[in-house]
Amino acid sequence: MAGQTLYDKLWASHLVSSRDDGTSLIYIDRHLLHEVTSPQAFEGLRLADRRPWRIDANIATADHNVPTSLKERSAGIAGIEDNVSRIQVQTLDDNTTSFGIETFGINDVRQGIVHIIGPEQGATLPGMTVVCGDSHTATHGAFGALAHGIGTSEVEHVLATQCLIQRKMKNMQVRVEGQLGLHVTAKDIVLAIIGEIGTAGGTGYAIEFAGSAIRDLSMEGRMTICNMAIEAGARVGLVAVDDTTINYVKGRPFAPTPEQWDAAVESWRSLVSDDDAAFDKVVTLDAAAIEPQVSWGTSPEMVVGIHGSVPDPAAAEDETTRRGLGRALEYMGLHAGQKITDIRLDRVFIGSCTNARIEDLRAAAAVVKGREVAGSIKQAMVVPGSGLVKRQAEQEGLDQVFIDAGFEWREAGCSMCLAMNADKLGAGEHCASTSNRNFEGRQGYGGRTHLVSPAMAAAAAVTGHFVDVREFVDTPVPTKRAAGL
Amino acid sequence: MKAFVRQKGLVAPLDRANVDTDLIIPKQFLKSIKRTGFGPNLFDELRYLDEGYPGQDCSNRPINPEFVLNQLRYEGASVLLARKNFGCGSSREHAPWALEDFGFRVIIAPSFADIFFNNAFKNGLLLIQLDEATVDRLFDAVEQTPGYRLDVDLIAQKIMTPEGEAIEFEVDPFRKYCLENGLDDIGLTLTDNSHAIREFETRHRASQPWLFRGEAANQA
Repeated sequence: MAGQTLYDKLWASHLVSSRDDGTSLIYIDRHLLHEVTSPQAFEGLRLADRRPWRIDANIATADHNVPTSLKERSAGIAGIEDNVSRIQVQTLDDNTTSFGIETFGINDVRQGIVHIIGPEQGATLPGMTVVCGDSHTATHGAFGALAHGIGTSEVEHVLATQCLIQRKMKNMQVRVEGQLGLHVTAKDIVLAIIGEIGTAGGTGYAIEFAGSAIRDLSMEGRMTICNMAIEAGARVGLVAVDDTTINYVKGRPFAPTPEQWDAAVESWRSLVSDDDAAFDKVVTLDAAAIEPQVSWGTSPEMVVGIHGSVPDPAAAEDETTRRGLGRALEYMGLHAGQKITDIRLDRVFIGSCTNARIEDLRAAAAVVKGREVAGSIKQAMVVPGSGLVKRQAEQEGLDQVFIDAGFEWREAGCSMCLAMNADKLGAGEHCASTSNRNFEGRQGYGGRTHLVSPAMAAAAAVTGHFVDVREFVDTPVPTKRAAGL
Repeated sequence: MKAFVRQKGLVAPLDRANVDTDLIIPKQFLKSIKRTGFGPNLFDELRYLDEGYPGQDCSNRPINPEFVLNQLRYEGASVLLARKNFGCGSSREHAPWALEDFGFRVIIAPSFADIFFNNAFKNGLLLIQLDEATVDRLFDAVEQTPGYRLDVDLIAQKIMTPEGEAIEFEVDPFRKYCLENGLDDIGLTLTDNSHAIREFETRHRASQPWLFRGEAANQA
């Protein structure tokens, strides 16, 4: 018998029951809640006179439409100026209070983007099933946890039953072998993967990311990769457990107690695909060949290396694709054959569940240090992924590096990734963004998003257009600033 | 959830691939704490020429006359014909809520994104996956025939075209059962599986106690 994949193992260890029709009931260990996709689920519970099955499996925080300015945040929920947003954040607070669910309030230092605070608190553990009413829940798969996004009906189902009705997915392995170039990051890997397999390439699959380049990544980098599995169409992204995983988890608030630790580690060591495991599909990429990536269009698969150009729709293989490319070019205000380095930018956003962890901020700060945001950039902002990331960055002096360069230093939240709060693009504006989606209108009505790594976003902020960060870092820092004057 | 058994409905064609959930219902409308009322903002950025905001009266907004759902010949459509990877992007259930609220009951496409597919069935929408060639053919027929209607029969798993052709489709038996009976699957899970869930939980807690922080389940 062939061995099991990591996904097969996680599935089997959470299987409550199976039906003849191919559906199964899967037990859920961790449920993360936020303000946008939960109110209707809590309402449904109340209408049916149901209680949450297991309170301690749930953790909540408001992230999607919290303001990121200190002025609004300092007054707590009452300080949120947008009435509709305030009601939604208040509703989460009311719901979790009335059901007794642990919540990191808007001014708790542990508040932040759900997919950042879960791992940060140790509330995401290897071997768990983790769900949240948000498609970027795939992030938690970096820990060898079976994690995926769900809709509001399923949020209600998990609250009421601690389970989900699922069908087993197929197994895909994406192997990234070899060594990444200097300043080429996890974000570039995942964008290159999406460029290769397309936004529907992973539909119906759980993707395990493997290979030496993945093993060499930190947990932050692995989270960035799994985070965007959904942009490749896969609800689930996974990375096998190793020492990097275990060392990250150790000592975190929700991690196993010292008495439980050895048994937990022993159990986690089995969370790898067996050598003889069979995958339905395998894709291999050469890490050394990956350039810093920039998306030019309105779908994450519309992405090229920094030295590439905007494609010509006339070269597309079918009519639907040709029209899609043409529409994307028109929306983005670009022309076929335009060099990526010629795209001028209006705003820069460093943040989101993809790239707002401490390592991301360090990478961006290293590029920015001693330099200034270009005069042509209307706004450059850094939005840390959590209150704790923000505090750590401040302890390391990164906030000052950004502020000195002309960046805004904000409070934690989803912010301009999806522009549900006041942080948004104006119509026609181009933004270098470390987020995950470049859909039409995603960052604001008529806004034009280019997905990049934190280092690439930082370099673009300084030059005002896209530039190869590998070359940019070698350019001299202005002497006045280098001398600290 | 509204039951779906059989429906003969006008077909509206949305001829673009990778329609994402941001396009189906833009984020500003996700601030609502209700499940209803999203219909007027379905495809907001395509339907109107201005930027919409929550709570607005949409009847006075400038309409984009080129957008398919604004064309008189598709008024009252309940079947949406779409291209591949429909519903990609975020997990927002507001997308199926908006489609259902607008009046759609059936969506036909060569492929759908996973989370959207799941969400749609939980809201009384029937999603039908057909091969690209058949979808192409339907696009042509809709374009050429004003008032083109399809008769969609969930029980028989067949679509009858006006030309008299029967197109068969697949549907997951459990989803079909829930849809034809308008059933809420939470009730089903609790009725059929409460005991199994509790047993599983007891074993799980014994083998991996670090996954649990509180006391045993409080469900009566």
